Amino acid sequence: MKPFTFERARTPAEAAEAASRTAGARFIAGGTNLLDLMKLQIETPAHLIDVNGLALDRIEDTPDGGLRIGALVRNTDMAADARVRRAYGLLSRAVVAGASGQLRNQATTAGNLLQRTRCPYFYDTNQPCNKRQPGSGCAAIAGVSRQLAVIGGSDACIATHPGDMAVAMRALDATVETVKAGGATRRIPIAGFHRLPGDMPQVDTVLEQGELITAVTLPPPVGGKQIYRKVRDRASYAFALVSVAAVVQPDGTGRVAVGGVAHKPWRVEAAEAEMPRGAKAVAARLMQGANPTHDNAFKVTLVERTLAAVLAEARA
Amino acid sequence: MKFDTPATTNPIDQLKVVGKPIDRIDGPLKTTGTAPYAYERHDVAPNQAYGYVVGSAIPKGRVNAVHVQEAMGAPGVLAIVSTLNVPQLGLGRMNTARLFGGAEIQHYHQAVAVVVAETFEQARAAAMLVQVDYAGAPGKYDLAQEAPNASPVGGSSGEGSSAGPVDRVGNFDAAFASAVVKLDQTYTTPDETHAMMEPFATVAAWDGDKLTVWTSNQMVAWGKGDLAKTLDIPEANVRLVSPFIGGGFGGKLFVRADVALAAIGARAAKRPVKLALTRPMIANNTTHRPATIQRIRIGAQPDGAITAIAHESTSGNLPKGKPETAVAQTKLLYGGANRLTSMRLAVLDLPEGNSMRAPGEAPGLMALEIAMDEMAEKLGMDPIEFRIKNDTQVDPEKPDRPFSQRQLVQCLRQGAERFGWKNRNPKPGQVQDGRWLVGMGVAAGFRNNQLTKSAARVRLETDGKVTVETDMTDIGTGTYTIIAQTAAEMMGLPMNRVVVKLGDSDYPVSAGSGGQWGANNSTAGVFAASIKLRETVAGRLGFNSADAVFADGRVRSGNRDAALADAARDGALVAEDGIEYGDLAKKYQQSTFAGHFVEVGVDSFTGETRVRRMLAVCAAGRILNPKSARSQVIGAMTMGVGAALMEELAVDTKRGFFVNHDLAGYEVPVHADIPYQEVVFLDETDPISSPMKAKGVGELGLCGVGAAVANAVYNATGVRVRDYPLTLDKLIDQLPQVA
Ligand SMILES: Cc1cc2nc3c(=O)[nH]c(=O)nc-3n(C[C@H](O)[C@H](O)[C@H](O)COP(=O)(O)OP(=O)(O)OC[C@H]3O[C@@H](n4cnc5c(N)ncnc54)[C@H](O)[C@@H]3O)c2cc1C
Ligand code: SF4
Repeated sequence: MKPFTFERARTPAEAAEAASRTAGARFIAGGTNLLDLMKLQIETPAHLIDVNGLALDRIEDTPDGGLRIGALVRNTDMAADARVRRAYGLLSRAVVAGASGQLRNQATTAGNLLQRTRCPYFYDTNQPCNKRQPGSGCAAIAGVSRQLAVIGGSDACIATHPGDMAVAMRALDATVETVKAGGATRRIPIAGFHRLPGDMPQVDTVLEQGELITAVTLPPPVGGKQIYRKVRDRASYAFALVSVAAVVQPDGTGRVAVGGVAHKPWRVEAAEAEMPRGAKAVAARLMQGANPTHDNAFKVTLVERTLAAVLAEARA
Repeated sequence: MKFDTPATTNPIDQLKVVGKPIDRIDGPLKTTGTAPYAYERHDVAPNQAYGYVVGSAIPKGRVNAVHVQEAMGAPGVLAIVSTLNVPQLGLGRMNTARLFGGAEIQHYHQAVAVVVAETFEQARAAAMLVQVDYAGAPGKYDLAQEAPNASPVGGSSGEGSSAGPVDRVGNFDAAFASAVVKLDQTYTTPDETHAMMEPFATVAAWDGDKLTVWTSNQMVAWGKGDLAKTLDIPEANVRLVSPFIGGGFGGKLFVRADVALAAIGARAAKRPVKLALTRPMIANNTTHRPATIQRIRIGAQPDGAITAIAHESTSGNLPKGKPETAVAQTKLLYGGANRLTSMRLAVLDLPEGNSMRAPGEAPGLMALEIAMDEMAEKLGMDPIEFRIKNDTQVDPEKPDRPFSQRQLVQCLRQGAERFGWKNRNPKPGQVQDGRWLVGMGVAAGFRNNQLTKSAARVRLETDGKVTVETDMTDIGTGTYTIIAQTAAEMMGLPMNRVVVKLGDSDYPVSAGSGGQWGANNSTAGVFAASIKLRETVAGRLGFNSADAVFADGRVRSGNRDAALADAARDGALVAEDGIEYGDLAKKYQQSTFAGHFVEVGVDSFTGETRVRRMLAVCAAGRILNPKSARSQVIGAMTMGVGAALMEELAVDTKRGFFVNHDLAGYEVPVHADIPYQEVVFLDETDPISSPMKAKGVGELGLCGVGAAVANAVYNATGVRVRDYPLTLDKLIDQLPQVA
């Protein structure tokens, strides 16, 4: 871990201000991702701004009947919130499918959205990795890539967004609210929040330097059966090989987002039109253009079969 | 005490304390976090500094230069020793890879420097500033690719299994060619890491030329000797202390870089140094269970009698390394007149392959016991009946050598009964429970019983308590407790009158913990020392030692009766002795047996396999403490599930290292993976084994489990996977259509 300076911000605007003022500054929330990466010197911030005191830890109703989840709401509290459980069961299920109880007690909404990839080469500073060290190459494409992306990758990087929560938020059409230095706010639809790697895999999202997430809002409830199915090698405490977040209405229409396959939660609205025709049709459209490696080609089949499991569960 | 004739009745047979399910006496220390593990030994030496190891960034080649100027200037840094500052260290008897010193890089994450600083954080930060110039060399990292170049080698795991380069009995080729029913299949097992909870950790302190290390090591005497060899100092100048070990699984049988570099760092910094290997270093810096490619051929008569059996295994290791002895059990487990086993070793430039829990048998049975399942199916026989048909009560290679005890058939029969085996549908892919395809599998468990000499010192204190001292270790197995039980039984005392001190090289040399030999041998050593103490006590009391009875804190002989404590009224009485073995092990084959039963569900959509219930029926001599023995077996069964379903060090065959080198990438079972486990011990005593009449169970619980899981997956799905682990990607294309 490199030495760093530390400050506690008092208001969101002040935090954003501080972050844009200091080169190499980063926010720290739960610290469950950032600190691990700092210990390995994969992240080397010169300055940390603690955002835990910003009073962004509330879940509120919005005027249009949706919910506004503060950036610092702990994952455990979000998943346990009665309103979330009642109307956005998908989100609650996705969150509890992630990490462990201890980690969820500490992890926050914003931190979870911004968690970095779990590509093993990203974690080993002896190895080339364009995401960690732009221009150094990608060891994973010709290496061990079982966990990695099958769609939307580039010649520079095939990492995935490894999380669960964001996949559910993608299916629920959430919006990320931010504030920048100077106080300007933005509302970023989750669809456009995470990037594809392209030739800049070091950039995970569209956030600008110093831009602070203040909340994630959910539109009014969409009803339907809400299913989050996470597929993994062991029964708990593992990242998804593939996960499916689905909202299925009684008439068979609905929404589907997939995790573990791309650099962002993967959703193709056009594929949802195929839902009444079954998993095969949806998967064919959803995974059109997939370009897996030898190691992870199974994920394409797995998406289709997991979707089938979810649709069967929704019908049951 | 020389043990060279079968045991007769002795004080252990009273079973007042031995054989009882007594709670661990060290349990409260562990549950309250007060058992002092190596990294927590703040108390043993003042002014400790912290060491941090820099691992090689390349898998093979040379170090041209190590630039330390910047790191030396970092806050808190006390000393940096690079591999170029010291000559190549000596090689411990048990090690293959060099731990440190000199320019040569043999494997990834080999230690190239140690940084010592005032705090751990400072040492780590400075370590990242050390710049190393390498000259890489081409290496070999792909076992499958190198297997054709592998040469025949014999070898021993050092833990009770061994085989020659090629061992033949009868004429395998002819018998196999003419067999009516045949199987010829190849199975693979991956590299595995021990993934023990406590990392490798050491505090090292010099006092002049004398070195003391507080470390985490399963084999204190080996460790002391190997550390002296490694550092080229007299053995008499080394003291090694290892009273608590947070798991080892064979990884801590040997001296590793943490010990050597703590000592070297302490010498350079002129301060005691505390050092642990970080989790991401462990997979590549230390040892692992090597991958295997195993070909098995079995030929049988239509009635199921095996006429020909061959097991050939290829593994890889560094030059001069050992083979994984995966064929060893096949020499002993089933009958058959014509037999062939062989081992080949390919040179690989991956980290050192070495012992991991049940080396040899664990991967060997993963292959053999699938082959037996496949063969039973070809024969149209129940897999249990097929195994029973081929049971042997003698060493099949030397029929005049009987097994001392062999209750494999009973294990399988009792297990079948308890598990409800009769409800298994022999036709695979038939049983469905909701979305789950359900199946049952069985496998035989087999592991040898190793006899190793073991000594102890037993002291009757003036207050009447008894203290036992031996360099034996407790690696989480319950050794403290069974040693206390042994001394209590022998001296006629309750448990709370016995104090056990372990894991110090100043104590008499024991068997240590490995190869499931610890329990039987170390307690037999305590038995021997206790016999001697009983004689001393009787002599002191003026009793005839031959008929003295030790019970309830008293000694009785004829009509005379005294408190045990009276014997020590004028000062503590000390007796030291050990057990040594004659040639009973040559006359008798000593092994332990189990029937492993597993039921799995395989998700018909996703191919995820989840274990539903497990049963192990074990025959392993006298069970000294059913509670701690059960803990050993359920832990081993859990490890077997890991091996079957998820554990695999992923090799980057171009970059030459194990990629998933942390506990996020290397998955072992979590609680949710292990719903229900049952363990049964058959009532057995083995007087050929030792005066304790006991054997080991800690590895038996693992041996065969992987195959039982794999066979259950086959029964559930009809998909036969021969490459471990059985992850869903190997099943998914062959599962029934779902969409
Ligand atoms: C062992 C382990 C297993 C895990 N398993 C899973 C799993 O199965 N599924 C899963 O989804 N996740 C998993 N995780 C990841 C976990 O969900 C994340 O670590 C956690 O959500 C991060 O939240 P945090 O608040 O601790 O973030 P931090 O570590 O504090 O921050 C993460 C990033 O977000 C930035 N940040 C934080 N707050 C803000 C803000 N308000 N505005 C802008 N930037 C901000 C930080 O600068 C940093 O870059 C696992 C983690 C671990 C360690
Ligand atoms: S896939 Fe991306 S994160 Fe992984 S090594 Fe390649 S560039 Fe790095």
